[in-house]
Amino acid sequence: MTALVAVPVLLPLLAAGLSLALGRFADVQRAIGLVVLGWIIVNAVILLLVADRTGPIVLQLGDWAAPAGISLVADRLSSLLLLVSALVTFAVLVYSIGQRITDYGRGVSSTTFHPMYLVLCSGVSLAYLTGDLFNLFVAFELMLSSSYVLITRRSTAERIRAGMTYVIVSLVSSLLFITMIALVYASTGTVNMADLGVKVAALPEGLQTALGLLVVIVFGVKSAMVPLHFWLPDSYPTAPAPVTAVFAGLLTKVGVYALIRTQTLVFTHEASWYLMLGIALTTMIIGALGALAQNDLNRMLSFLLVSHIGYMLFGLGVYDGAGLTGVILYVVHHITVQATLFLVSGLITRHTGTVALSRMGGLSKAAPLIAVLFAVPALTLAGVPPFSGFIAKLALLQAGVNAGTWAAYVVTGGAVLTSLLTLYAMARVWTRAFWGQVKAPEGDPDPQDELVVGTGTTSKPMVLATGVLVAASVMIAVLAGPLADVSARAAEDLMHGEAYRTAVLGGGSGG
Amino acid sequence: MTVNVTMALVLAGLYSAGFYLIMQRSLMRILIGTVILGHGANLLLQLAGGPPGRAPLLGDTPPESMTDPLPQAMALTAIVITFALTTFLLALAYRSWLLLGDDEVRDDVEDRRIRRLERRLAESEDDAETEATT
Repeated sequence: MTALVAVPVLLPLLAAGLSLALGRFADVQRAIGLVVLGWIIVNAVILLLVADRTGPIVLQLGDWAAPAGISLVADRLSSLLLLVSALVTFAVLVYSIGQRITDYGRGVSSTTFHPMYLVLCSGVSLAYLTGDLFNLFVAFELMLSSSYVLITRRSTAERIRAGMTYVIVSLVSSLLFITMIALVYASTGTVNMADLGVKVAALPEGLQTALGLLVVIVFGVKSAMVPLHFWLPDSYPTAPAPVTAVFAGLLTKVGVYALIRTQTLVFTHEASWYLMLGIALTTMIIGALGALAQNDLNRMLSFLLVSHIGYMLFGLGVYDGAGLTGVILYVVHHITVQATLFLVSGLITRHTGTVALSRMGGLSKAAPLIAVLFAVPALTLAGVPPFSGFIAKLALLQAGVNAGTWAAYVVTGGAVLTSLLTLYAMARVWTRAFWGQVKAPEGDPDPQDELVVGTGTTSKPMVLATGVLVAASVMIAVLAGPLADVSARAAEDLMHGEAYRTAVLGGGSGG
Repeated sequence: MTVNVTMALVLAGLYSAGFYLIMQRSLMRILIGTVILGHGANLLLQLAGGPPGRAPLLGDTPPESMTDPLPQAMALTAIVITFALTTFLLALAYRSWLLLGDDEVRDDVEDRRIRRLERRLAESEDDAETEATT
């Protein structure tokens, strides 16, 4: 049973090597990716069911006991997020394969994309499952180094420029991460998060605050919270649609996950966390206002991504069971919906040949299917009632009101305002791109690069993958009841770390 | 953690030199900056294990006089990662030099966009004024 915890990390890594070796056989390479990701979905379902029933599943690698050895832990939160991420990565892979076959034909293989994509998946899984800080760092590096390659692949001048900002910012935050680990190790003598939870509490308060803030900065860069977000809207829009979709869906959310995990398990707070509430408010408002100023569809979506990171930080700032339940629901919903929006934006771009909203028009007549595929996630993101965004937002707003402090009230107000601004931004896209005069697709401005646009060709797998993700986000709303229950239980686990600690430290040896 | 003054000074030097170089505009300098900063971070990781002792080999030395092997293992991993990323940055700098003719890290895209918009607005106002006067 416990061996299943290691599979989502090791299998993609192994497959990445195989995929690189079999790079010449395009179909084999595609099959490897699909089979591996499909198995991870099944694996995550099993982990979630078991973890929900019997508590955290712990694998001590090589049978070394917990504080010294490496432990992989699958509790409710990590297996839930693993499941959602696996679903999204699978759908995006289908989309990407569809796109490649449409553009280049079946025989042409891509040597770097598939291996790097699998390494990225492995890094994401490790980040969710790891039980110690240093492996969290390794997970981030796996994830980031493959994302560097994905973002600068087939490099044009534009993409190199965007890639540089992205790589340098991530690299600096990684170096700060090592520094943070060193300082934590120097003061406590352990990097195991369950062990740290006890030992950090014994440190002097000032040192705790300093280390806690360093953690916030490190993960703040990765999750794009506002003063540290500037790299994201500059780098994401230059990548091809599937890459942006998986980045937007997963990478920032892994940062948020790491923040939640460390701040609940290691650096605990007594009550509402005012600093985080303030950051959440500025993130929400500045992101939404930035989105309204954009004419480029992808840049606008990137700013909305930043803005909605604020909601997750809001729940963390409230810092009680209800708030964390809201965060978990929000993360689950946002992973699917943001990835979907970027995929739809890819479909739109292929139809119009431009990313500038001012040069689009009449898509609802020219491509009604895309209109439907855009409308549902757009309304979901804005939090219009029947969709999943509404449920997640409602949970957060309730938590904010229940917290009962003035700061929480202010941020709750800000959250409502941001929802309206998001709706406005989406309505703006709708009126400009989907209504009005039908405009003929523009030609590909740069035929050399990989972004094939303006052809109007969208193959069935691409539309199907997007459709499945749209359906998945609707399913989240349908399954809101059980999902909210699991989230509430996961949040309860987070608030009281004892179950996690006993599972990791208390003789949970591998079997 | 016992404080070793020499090491503290070395760390301060590495970190300040690294951060200073990262603030520069040329990618090569930034690269050297990250390398220096990486060395600083790895050294700090090493020092986190406490004062040096005997080699951590079981059966060779009694456990009390061993150094802590864990930070060494971590530093080793971190060094490998920094090394790989440095190589990647070098490739990126080379590619940038091929494509752009320089390796300068450009201004924020958003800044440039806003400045361009501002200029266009100013021009259209000028146009409106000249039309009004003629």
